[in-house]
Amino acid sequence: MRLRVSPGFVAAAIGAVVVALLPFTMSGYHQGLATKVAVFFIAILGLDILTGYTGQISIGHGAFMALGGYTTAIMSNYHHTNLILTLPLAFAITFACGIVVGIPALRFSGVYLALATFALAVSVPQFAFKFAKFSGGSNGIHTSHTVSHTWLYAVSWAAAAVLYLGAWLLLRGRTGRAFRAVRDSQLAAVSTGVSLPIYKILAFGVSAAYAGVAGSLFVLYLNGYAQPNEFSVVLSLEVLIGAAVAGLGSLWGIIVGAAFIGLLPEISSSVPLIGSSHGQDVVFGLMVIVIMLLIPNGFAGLLRVLARLR
Amino acid sequence: MEIARRLTLGERRVGTGGSVPVLAAVAAACVFLVVGSLSSSIFAQQTVAGLAQGTIFASLALALVLIYRATKHINFAQGEMAMATTYFAYQLTQWGLSYWLSFFLTLGLAFLFGVAVQLVLIRPVEHRSVIAVVIVTVGLFILIDGLVTWKWGADQKFMPAPFGNHVYHLGSVSIARQDLGTLIVTVASVFVLWAFFRYTKIGLGMRAAAIRPAAARLVGVRTHALLAVGWGLAAVLGAVAGLMTEPTQYVLQPTMMQAVLLYAFAAAVLGGLESPGGAVVGGLALGVFLNLTGQYVHFATSELRLPIAFAVLLGVLLLKPNGLFGRKQVRRV
Amino acid sequence: MAPLLELENVSAHYGPVKALHDVSLSVDEGAIVAVLGANGAGKTTTLRAISHTVDRDGVIRFAGKQLGRGGPESTSRLGIAHVPEGRGTFSELTVWENLRLGAYTRRGSVKADLDRVAAFFPWLAERRNQQAGTLSGGEQQMLALARAFMQRGRLLLLDEPSLGLAPLLVTEVFRIIKELNEAEGLTVLVVEQNAHIALQLASSAYVLDVGRVALSGASAELEQHESVRRSYLGY
Repeated sequence: MRLRVSPGFVAAAIGAVVVALLPFTMSGYHQGLATKVAVFFIAILGLDILTGYTGQISIGHGAFMALGGYTTAIMSNYHHTNLILTLPLAFAITFACGIVVGIPALRFSGVYLALATFALAVSVPQFAFKFAKFSGGSNGIHTSHTVSHTWLYAVSWAAAAVLYLGAWLLLRGRTGRAFRAVRDSQLAAVSTGVSLPIYKILAFGVSAAYAGVAGSLFVLYLNGYAQPNEFSVVLSLEVLIGAAVAGLGSLWGIIVGAAFIGLLPEISSSVPLIGSSHGQDVVFGLMVIVIMLLIPNGFAGLLRVLARLR
Repeated sequence: MEIARRLTLGERRVGTGGSVPVLAAVAAACVFLVVGSLSSSIFAQQTVAGLAQGTIFASLALALVLIYRATKHINFAQGEMAMATTYFAYQLTQWGLSYWLSFFLTLGLAFLFGVAVQLVLIRPVEHRSVIAVVIVTVGLFILIDGLVTWKWGADQKFMPAPFGNHVYHLGSVSIARQDLGTLIVTVASVFVLWAFFRYTKIGLGMRAAAIRPAAARLVGVRTHALLAVGWGLAAVLGAVAGLMTEPTQYVLQPTMMQAVLLYAFAAAVLGGLESPGGAVVGGLALGVFLNLTGQYVHFATSELRLPIAFAVLLGVLLLKPNGLFGRKQVRRV
Repeated sequence: MAPLLELENVSAHYGPVKALHDVSLSVDEGAIVAVLGANGAGKTTTLRAISHTVDRDGVIRFAGKQLGRGGPESTSRLGIAHVPEGRGTFSELTVWENLRLGAYTRRGSVKADLDRVAAFFPWLAERRNQQAGTLSGGEQQMLALARAFMQRGRLLLLDEPSLGLAPLLVTEVFRIIKELNEAEGLTVLVVEQNAHIALQLASSAYVLDVGRVALSGASAELEQHESVRRSYLGY
């Protein structure tokens, strides 16, 4: 996650200004879409920390998003907690859950870990169905009040900025180096005194926490409704696809990945030929395949290739 | 050569997978099932139904293991491919062909489909990025789902049941002819596949390519071509699973294989991702376990079927991180 | 008569790293030729260049015809049997299956060849159903030779057959190589770290150093050569 020298920083600063000014030109609907992009931005960022930096594969981030989302909905519904306060609360709770998941995850590696997290993603919505009294069952549970599009836009992009900064600070320091050591050579890491379990678990915790916040914002985007169907395994796959499209190590990559997931279904539904949701699926599936065939290392990989060509 | 035989420089033991405790546990489980079936007719019914379901999981799990063994990739689209080929069979019956003719034609088509997917979608990316292959199969999942729904619609369709609705009665135990048929068909297809790998030259070549691709190429095995063949065979296994799933669910629907895929994942990992025998045992065990717990454990309602399957899976993995029949991966420093 | 195998200015690389630089050598039909050199000199790479297991440039001619772009699968079909470093035994398959793989590219019955193999290695026939991975190092080397023999090639490429074997076994292995060469007319190009025994077996040898040919000639001459004696023969 290196912010390259000045040009990159300037570009990011310009981007921040654009993001801040954009809502004044957009309709509520478009602000909602932009919020969706922010949500995926945060989720993909979280997954990147885990998979990109420590090499632990997770196809279960939808589960952590669900936890965060339900936290917001339940706290708001039962205790009328201030919505903004539910964000750090979700962060903390999913961080703890991430730690708890990270501990047994130490025992799995590679594809087994991927499938174990996949199992998590599939199971969590089922629990919401089962424990309906607590979670509202298939109807879900909703927050005590809804928010305006602009408010949500501001909060989600502010959260995205804060979390990005946090990730940047985390990854450039000792922790980041330890993470990368874990990914690149577990053996070498151990022999230089990096405590593998602690960093691996920490990565899980942080990654889950980010997904949790994304989940909270996602629920707010859905008019405050937390329902099991919104947090199905498809969500985990979407975050994974977004991370793959993003590639590793580039801020712009993550934005592109998030935009891809957030906007493509909307764009393709407005094209007259496609129309129905099945058409959207065909287009989405096709685009995913084509993108992976053309740039297997994601947008970040593409940027690296372009940088080398200069 | 006597000298050679006596002067051994340290034997390398290569495990065959099934360790003694695991085999003992499996044997004990079998005994339990037989005893239970003899004492309770409901137990027997659930066991048979569970076995029938289990063979379907096993078939799809075998497809996953086949590909994983050769390529270390998981094909997330295996279930959807199976579903698509089942719809093709449906279309054939709609055009007037008999069920069994459609069945075998579909198997042939499935083979071609699997080969085509490997050549067109997987081969371009398999050496460039591990995650890219996963994502391509996920994209394929979504694409196939969309295409099938677009062509045939999301509503339920009916296909002639291959074995009819007849129910046999063994004393007080009722066994559906469909379940028996499913058992026979899937066991037969698994057996044919096993024989193919064990007794044919190509099968041997594929096994060699999965063990040591570089050395296999040196004896002339066309590893790249055989990889495509592997995908074709996996698709055939998937087609069998799909065709046998349809009658047990009574309807044909685009979502029909999604849950099966999840159970197949669980079964494949449970058995150890590189062990075909493990996939079969895992599938059968899972099928029976789910049916019995569903029957006898009141907490285990239908919403919890999947989480239970995965809880079992995770439990086994914690004890044996490479699955029941998986080998410990030796990490060479 | 033209040599069976000719390399002209062959280079090979592993990605961006060049491992062989303009190597030229030739092997006459029916001869045993050794490739010697220290670790990392490029001996294994030379064999890999011939079987095309590694990227290569330059001209390689086998039986007069230039080798094209086909990979290892096609070089084996041309009659070149490459026994790689570490023997390439398929540990989880049985002895018989390993042998059967040797004859993979051959059509028709291989029974006659299995009988010939049994004549050379009688103990292999007894152990046909044993898992190859449970054989000892020496036995696996024999199995590798037997498998290469099953390929019925004209040229045998051997990569460090003495590796990891006790001296008595090494003698036995080299005796069998010599027998294969004399009885079956198999041409052999053998890479070896054990220069002494390699020079006893081979009629001529090439000495590689950092990817280039440093010396070449008849074995008898090389054995007397000053630098060879110092570096590889130890005296």
